[in-house]
Amino acid sequence: MNKIWLVLQREYLTRVRKKSFLITTLLVPVIIVGFYAAIIGISISGSSEMQEVAIIDEANLFNGRIETKENDQIIYTFIHNETEPLYKTKYKGKGYSSFLYIPQMDVLHPAGIILHSPSAISLNTKSKIERKINKAIETKRLEEARIDPEKYKAISSDISIDNTVDSAKGGSKKSVAGVAFAVSFAAGILIYMILLIYGTMVMRGVMEEKMNRIAEVIVSSVKPFQLMMGKIIGIGGVGLTQFAIWIILMAILQLIVPLIFPSMFGHLQDQAIGSTTIPSTGSTSVLVTITEGIRALNILKIVLCFIFYFIGGYLMYASLFAAVGSVVSEDQQEAQQLVFPIMMPIILGFVIMTKAASDPDSNLAVFGSLFPLTSPIVMMGRITYDVPWWQLTLSMFLLILSFLLFTWLTAKIYRTGILMYGKKVTWREMTKWAFRKS
Amino acid sequence: MNLLEVKHLKKYFATQKAVDDVSFSIEQGTVFGLLGPNGAGKTTLLRMITGIFYPDEGEIIFDGKKFDPLKDILRIGYMPEERGLYKKMKIGEQAVYLARLKGLSKSDAIEKIKEWFIKFEMQTWWNKKVEDLSKGMGQKLQFVTTVLHEPRLIILDEPFSGLDPVNSNLIKEEIFNLAKKGCTVIFSTHRMEQVEEICDKIILVNKGAKILDGGVNAIKQQFKENLFTIGFEHLPISTGHFSFEVVGTRNNSLIVKINEGYKPNDILQYFLEQNADIVSFHEILPSLNDIFIKLVEGTPLARQFQPVTA
Repeated sequence: MNKIWLVLQREYLTRVRKKSFLITTLLVPVIIVGFYAAIIGISISGSSEMQEVAIIDEANLFNGRIETKENDQIIYTFIHNETEPLYKTKYKGKGYSSFLYIPQMDVLHPAGIILHSPSAISLNTKSKIERKINKAIETKRLEEARIDPEKYKAISSDISIDNTVDSAKGGSKKSVAGVAFAVSFAAGILIYMILLIYGTMVMRGVMEEKMNRIAEVIVSSVKPFQLMMGKIIGIGGVGLTQFAIWIILMAILQLIVPLIFPSMFGHLQDQAIGSTTIPSTGSTSVLVTITEGIRALNILKIVLCFIFYFIGGYLMYASLFAAVGSVVSEDQQEAQQLVFPIMMPIILGFVIMTKAASDPDSNLAVFGSLFPLTSPIVMMGRITYDVPWWQLTLSMFLLILSFLLFTWLTAKIYRTGILMYGKKVTWREMTKWAFRKS
Repeated sequence: MNLLEVKHLKKYFATQKAVDDVSFSIEQGTVFGLLGPNGAGKTTLLRMITGIFYPDEGEIIFDGKKFDPLKDILRIGYMPEERGLYKKMKIGEQAVYLARLKGLSKSDAIEKIKEWFIKFEMQTWWNKKVEDLSKGMGQKLQFVTTVLHEPRLIILDEPFSGLDPVNSNLIKEEIFNLAKKGCTVIFSTHRMEQVEEICDKIILVNKGAKILDGGVNAIKQQFKENLFTIGFEHLPISTGHFSFEVVGTRNNSLIVKINEGYKPNDILQYFLEQNADIVSFHEILPSLNDIFIKLVEGTPLARQFQPVTA
C-alpha cells in the first residue's frame, strides 16, 4: 500500500508540475470561452450588415408594401417597369445586395420565385425573406377563401406544454426537457472525453516506462500490480485536479465575460427572439425557463453520479489501457491497432448516449446504462431524467464488479507484457495471459 | 555461511526451457560470476532470484530462510541488463524515489545519495534531467541507485557496458569495497576478462542448464592442457623428445605440450642437457574465455525454440 502511494505521488507530481499541464489546464477554458465569444461575435457581425433587396412583384403578392421591423436588417424596395431578364444584370449596379423576382402565379400553387444574388445568400437572410413571402401568400389565400384574417388569428393555436413529472413519493416537479437534455448530453460527452484523454494518458505512461527500460528496475522493488495501480490512480488524480481547475476557471470566466461585453449578450437575446417564428413572450422568460429548468434538476444527484461514473469508468478503462500499453514494444502504430477494441465500446457508449439523452427509457438506453463498458457514458445521458433506483444501483454495482474483474485480469497481462521486448503480441495471447493461473 | 542457495530451479516458458534444474550456492561476501552465452537463461534466473518471476519448481533460500519476494526484495539491489531511468525526471528526485521504493525514508535517502554523489563526483547533477546525461553517466547513476539502500545481495547484469575504462575501474573498486563490507555480489556477463579479475566463483550456464561450477582458479586448473612456454637465448636446434611435443614457436620461445606421465622437470632437464640457455619457463593456463568458447562452441549459437514436453 505504501508503495502504491509512492508510485502514485510520482505519477501525479511529475505530471502536474509539467509546463504543458499548466498550459493546457489554463488554455482550455480560455479557448472554450473564446470560441463562445467568437460564435456570438460572428453571429452579431454577420447580421448587422443591412441587406437591400430589390423586388419585382408581378404577382402583386405584397400589394407594394412590406412591413419591416428594425432588427430584420433587410430593406425591401419595389421595382416597377422592369423585367426579370433585364433587371438581373442591373440590380448590382444600383446598389442592391440581391434581387427577388416573383412571377405571375396562382397563390394556391406558388412557383418560380427566384432570388438573384452575386454570391450565396446567408441562411438567415433567406429564411427571413421566405417568412415574408409565406406570410403574404397566406394572406392572399385567406382573402380568396374569404376568411377574416382576424378570425384566423383567433382560431390558429400555438401552445407549448409543460411536462410535470410525478415522482413516486407524491411530489411533483416541473420537467424542462430542453435543459435536461442539454445537461445530460454535456455530462455524457464529458465522461466520454475523460475516458479517452486520461485512458490514453495511462497507456502512454506505461509505454514510456517500458520503452525507457525502467520497468524491470521498478518491478525489482515493487509488485507490477502496485506499479500499475499507482499509475492509474495518480493519473486519475491529475484528471480530477484538471477538472477542478477547469470548473473554477469556467465559473469565473462566465461571470466576467458578460460584465466585460454586456452589449454582446444583449444582442444575443435580441437575436434569439428575432429568429423564432413563434411569437416570443419576451426576453426575460427565456432566462426564467432555463433557471427554472436547472432548479427542477436534482443537482446533487447529478454531481454525485457524475463523480461516481467518472471514477468508476476511468478506473475500469484505465486498467485496459494500461494492459495495452504494457504489450506494445516500440511501435506507436502497434499501439493504435491494439487500442482499437478498447475504443469501440467507448464510441458505442457515446452513440447510445446521444440517443439516450433524448429517449431515456428506450430499451437501448436502459441496456447501455447497465452494460458496464458503456454505462459510465450512457447513464450520464439519462441521469437528468428520473432513472429508476434499481437501474441506477444495478448499473453501479456492475461497474464496480467489472472494474475489479478487469483490474485482476489486466494486471496479469501487464505483469507479463511489461518485461517482454521485441515481440508483437496479439489479443489472443493477451487473453491467454489474462486467464492463466498465476 | 551461504547467503543464497538455489536448489533445482526450473522455469519453463511455452516454447523453451529457460532454466532447467539449476542449483548453486553463494557464500556471503563473495563476488559470484554468472556466465553464459546470449539466451542461456541468465536473465530468467536472475528474475527468479529477484522475485520478478516465480519459479515453476525448485527452491531459493535467502539468508537461511525460504525466499520471500515481498520482504527480501528490500535487501536486494538489482541492476538489470534492460535498464533505464525516467528521462524527464530530475536526477536527485529520481534517486530519492528509487531509494524510497526500496524502503528508505526520505531523509535517509537524501543523505545517502549525497554521500554517493560526492564519492562519484556527481554533486552538480542533482537538478539535471536524465535526458541530459550521456550513456556512461546514466550508468553510474544506475549503479548508485542499485546499491544505495545497502542491500545484502547486489545483482549486476552487465554493469560495465557503455562505461569508459576510468569509470569501469571506479565501479569495479566499489564492487570490491562492497564485498569487503560483507555484501554479496552476483555479476552476470559474457565478458570473460572482467570475470577473471573480479569473481571468486563462477557458474556457467548454457541452454538453461548449469555446465560448470567452481572457483576461478580451480576451473582453470581443471581445464589446463599442460602447455608451457619456454624462452631461450637462441632457439635450440634439436627439439625431439618423447616427453613433449612442440605446439608452436614464437620468436625465441617454444610452446610445448607435456605428454602424459611426464613433468615439467623432465623437459627442463632435456634442454639443460643440450646446453640450451633457458630464459623463462611458465605454464599457460587457459583463460576463462577459452574455456567458455570450448564449452559453448559446437552448440548452436542461437537457441532453437522447441516445444516443452515436460
